[in-house]
Amino acid sequence: MIGMIFILSYCVIGLVRIILQLPKEDRKKFFISLVTPKTIAKNIRDIFCDCLFHVKLWKRNKLLGYMHSSIAFGWFMLIVIGHIEVFLYVPHRAKLFYYPIFFRYFVAETESTMRGAFFFFLMDFFLLMVLSGIFLAMFKRIQSKVFGMRRTTNPSFLDLVGLYSLWAIFPLRLLAEGFTADISGGSFLTKSLNYVLNSFLSDHTNMLPAWWAYSCALGVFFIVLPFTRYMHIPAEILLIPLRNAGIRIKNARKGFAKAEVYSCPNCGLCIDACPMGVMKTHIKDTTVYLNRQIRRGNEKRIEEISDKCLLCGKCTAICPVGVEGDKLRIAQRSIRRYALNPDYSNISTSLLPVSDGNRDAVKPAGEEKVLYYAGCMTALTPVIRKAMESLLTKAGVRYDLMDKDGGLCCGRPMMMAGRLDQARQMIDKNTEIIMSSGAHTLLLTCPICYRIFKEKYILPGIEVIHHTEYLARLISDGKLKIKKDDARYVFHDPCELGRGCGIYEQPREALSFAGNVVEAAKNRKESICCGGSLGSLTLGFEKRKAMTENALSNLVVQSPDVIVTACPLCRSTFSRYADRPVEDIAEIIDHKTLIS
Amino acid sequence: MKENILIIGGGIAGLEAASQLLKLGYNPIIVEKSDHLGGHVAEWNRLFPDMTPAEDAVARLVSGTTEANIFLNTEIAFVNRLKDSYNIMLTNGISIITRILLFATGFSLFDASKKEEYGYGVYNQVMTNADLERWFNTGYDERIPEEGPEAMGFVHCVGSRDEKARNSQCSKVCCITAVKQAIEMKQKFPQAMVYCFYMDLRMFGKKYEDFYISAQRDYGVRFIRGRVSEVSENIDGRLIVKAEDTLSGKPVKVTLDLLVLMSGIVCNPGICKTAGQLSLPIDSDGFLKSRDNIMDITDSSKEGIFYAGACTGPKTVPETLAEARSAALGIHNYILNGMK
Amino acid sequence: MDFGFKISPSSAVNLDNADLTLYNRLCEVEPDITRCMACGSCTATCPANRFSGMSMRKTILDLQRGKGKEVVKMLSNCMLCGKCSMVCPRGINTRHLILSICKLYKEE
Repeated sequence: MIGMIFILSYCVIGLVRIILQLPKEDRKKFFISLVTPKTIAKNIRDIFCDCLFHVKLWKRNKLLGYMHSSIAFGWFMLIVIGHIEVFLYVPHRAKLFYYPIFFRYFVAETESTMRGAFFFFLMDFFLLMVLSGIFLAMFKRIQSKVFGMRRTTNPSFLDLVGLYSLWAIFPLRLLAEGFTADISGGSFLTKSLNYVLNSFLSDHTNMLPAWWAYSCALGVFFIVLPFTRYMHIPAEILLIPLRNAGIRIKNARKGFAKAEVYSCPNCGLCIDACPMGVMKTHIKDTTVYLNRQIRRGNEKRIEEISDKCLLCGKCTAICPVGVEGDKLRIAQRSIRRYALNPDYSNISTSLLPVSDGNRDAVKPAGEEKVLYYAGCMTALTPVIRKAMESLLTKAGVRYDLMDKDGGLCCGRPMMMAGRLDQARQMIDKNTEIIMSSGAHTLLLTCPICYRIFKEKYILPGIEVIHHTEYLARLISDGKLKIKKDDARYVFHDPCELGRGCGIYEQPREALSFAGNVVEAAKNRKESICCGGSLGSLTLGFEKRKAMTENALSNLVVQSPDVIVTACPLCRSTFSRYADRPVEDIAEIIDHKTLIS
Repeated sequence: MKENILIIGGGIAGLEAASQLLKLGYNPIIVEKSDHLGGHVAEWNRLFPDMTPAEDAVARLVSGTTEANIFLNTEIAFVNRLKDSYNIMLTNGISIITRILLFATGFSLFDASKKEEYGYGVYNQVMTNADLERWFNTGYDERIPEEGPEAMGFVHCVGSRDEKARNSQCSKVCCITAVKQAIEMKQKFPQAMVYCFYMDLRMFGKKYEDFYISAQRDYGVRFIRGRVSEVSENIDGRLIVKAEDTLSGKPVKVTLDLLVLMSGIVCNPGICKTAGQLSLPIDSDGFLKSRDNIMDITDSSKEGIFYAGACTGPKTVPETLAEARSAALGIHNYILNGMK
Repeated sequence: MDFGFKISPSSAVNLDNADLTLYNRLCEVEPDITRCMACGSCTATCPANRFSGMSMRKTILDLQRGKGKEVVKMLSNCMLCGKCSMVCPRGINTRHLILSICKLYKEE
């Protein structure tokens, strides 16, 4: 009972604090969304699906899903039905919130109507469901592989206290209700237990300790809850409406970020997902440990963990509660203070002229004009640029080059380092160049650039397009004629293109015109980072090797002839260690294009 | 009966060792995977420092091995270790029992297309040192304009001293090769501007420094201390090469018609399988590991297995030949001492 | 007082009293800094070089010589694009090095 009061007041204070920490406009957005019918429906649906049924976990592993939803949904139903019972039988007591919990202790069976039996049956049924979940949870501690998890989180001391009290609650409840089943009534589970117990314990003196033990377990669980991973139960209920209101991380530690950190259930799914996990030394650098360190306020470890990450976004993609590991880390990086701050005001955009592409192949005026920004990384893989220019010429597209003689960086690497002001300055400079170029389309061959152009640039009237999309379009529009043969291609989804921008179909579509597309063991949303990512600030060259080799072995399971990617960084990282050719999609399409 | 000695590799090390072993009265058997003897040297045109035709050197070595058994286009399928000898199955179906194996497996040239930023295989005017030697031999290569390049460059250390290329070794001979090739190009096209982009010039051998001086003084080859970082193409299809002139501390940009990449020497990946079957240790530089890098360079850590030449690291031609003779002598002593 | 001439400070690097505090601290966070062989790849590929003379090679050299002040201007246009890390033949994590300089730099 004390536990319950404590947890309720803690949650309310926490809720108010998080809401107060939100920036003003976000707070307004949040309250508006709370009264908008559409988001209300979405909130309710999401809370049911995620918090009670754990739909995302079901999709991942049936056992894991059942374990979570049986405990959450079963417990929820126990509470609901308990309340209904109280309301039906002793309406005057319904105001005491603890009454339903100990209903069976207070009430003696007065009538054995069908209605009573029905509720008793339901109560027992859900209790059984929860118990089966608890049993699975115990089993998972020993054998996590059955649940599709190779590694799980190392629980802290308080987590263990919470865990054991949670495990204890329901068996104790069963025992307690079993003792009282002949007085207060029960159904198939509690009644039969009562017979068993009665056969060798004749009196009801055991009743009291059993009920006390049950209430103690419950109390302990609720008292430690705020300090353990079980805080995710109330926090997630707050996170869902916040997210549905369109609120994003603005501050590294406050507001939405805090809600995310507290919503982390420490399930450890991100440990298996993390590409750094191939090396055991990096296991404690995964998102679940970041959240734990943020809750503990261990600044040194927070910095270490957030700087090491590749920002591939896979933990975000698979997180069952939607903690954004990559964005959380960028936010941690953004609060660093630097003594030197780059400033680009001295750079005049007149020094960065747009140069002509293939002006000879100009089609009639009024045709769309493409501005091709190759980006920094493509400068080191000239084969991509050459293939792309050749394709544009073959397709008869009029194009200009934005960074033929070197240009400004797109700003994404700077943003990944958390230096948002500097990134903003670069964005402004590039926007100026693009807007004055008169182009209709901005073409990019680098997904790192593509992501920031999509997310952060405001370019009215200009379509930002990645070359995988553009090639798929040129082919389906009939502007490029491709000769298909039986080469086997596997497409590696670059982090920034796939998880970052949601582009999965177009590259496969374009490739299928040139040959047979086979899939990697883990692909699309779960593709494994090549290890070359600019996201990591501290990982050195040598440490990345194991990650690249792991990603390669994932790609070649169906023994493709060529590994195809659409990112200059992935291409050069893979080709360093690959045992077969690694090519950009533009190269493949260029080789296979028939010149008409 | 004459002792069988299996020599893996018919390059200059294998040939020289075979001819010495013949003179010592043994029966050397050479297994060569390609269709010709002489290895990389046979594909070269002239050798520094005296511009000896490579053809002559190889011909002399081959003439010393006429009595040896030579299998061309043959590789080792697998090796079985017997009690005190090896049973070797060749890809042509012949099996050989020998107590002594000599690795003269040489090296591989670094695959220059792995250095993507240099655009080998992408740009029409980028070639490797080996391509240039082939052109010296055959006179045919579409990358070299008939009237000669107006300006050309040599990029040193391509795939050498480069952890990104997974080879942190110095390949030892590329510096002098680049200077030699620069001089040869100047002799053919005196009007051409020739640049050498180097990190360090390692002119350690006999008369190498004279070569370097001659390249500077007599041929006007321009040496720029800076590693090329990017190669792009301008609108006329000429190459734009970017490097830093680290001595003046300024970036340099130069327009060239031909760029020659000095591909480095890397361990021959073909021997990995055989070396693995015999569990021969590999040194930290990726080459075969000698018993001792100072005193026993031609000995392996396994009984009856010897090394000669570039299989244990980059070497010049005279070094390789000296090592081949030394290995032959080592084998001779090993046999005389009763295989100990 | 005007003597009609000025004594300009010696441009020689005096290694005896070079201030290496920053360099030593950087060596702690990024030990690879000692592996630089001054090939100049980083400078040649740097997109900020043309604006601020940014040169990673020179930065490392200046820090080794205790001339911290000279790096400030060079770093002012660094865009952290990571090309220098990509081309470095010795595999130095130049990007993290730059961030560390920005963080640890102390003005006299």
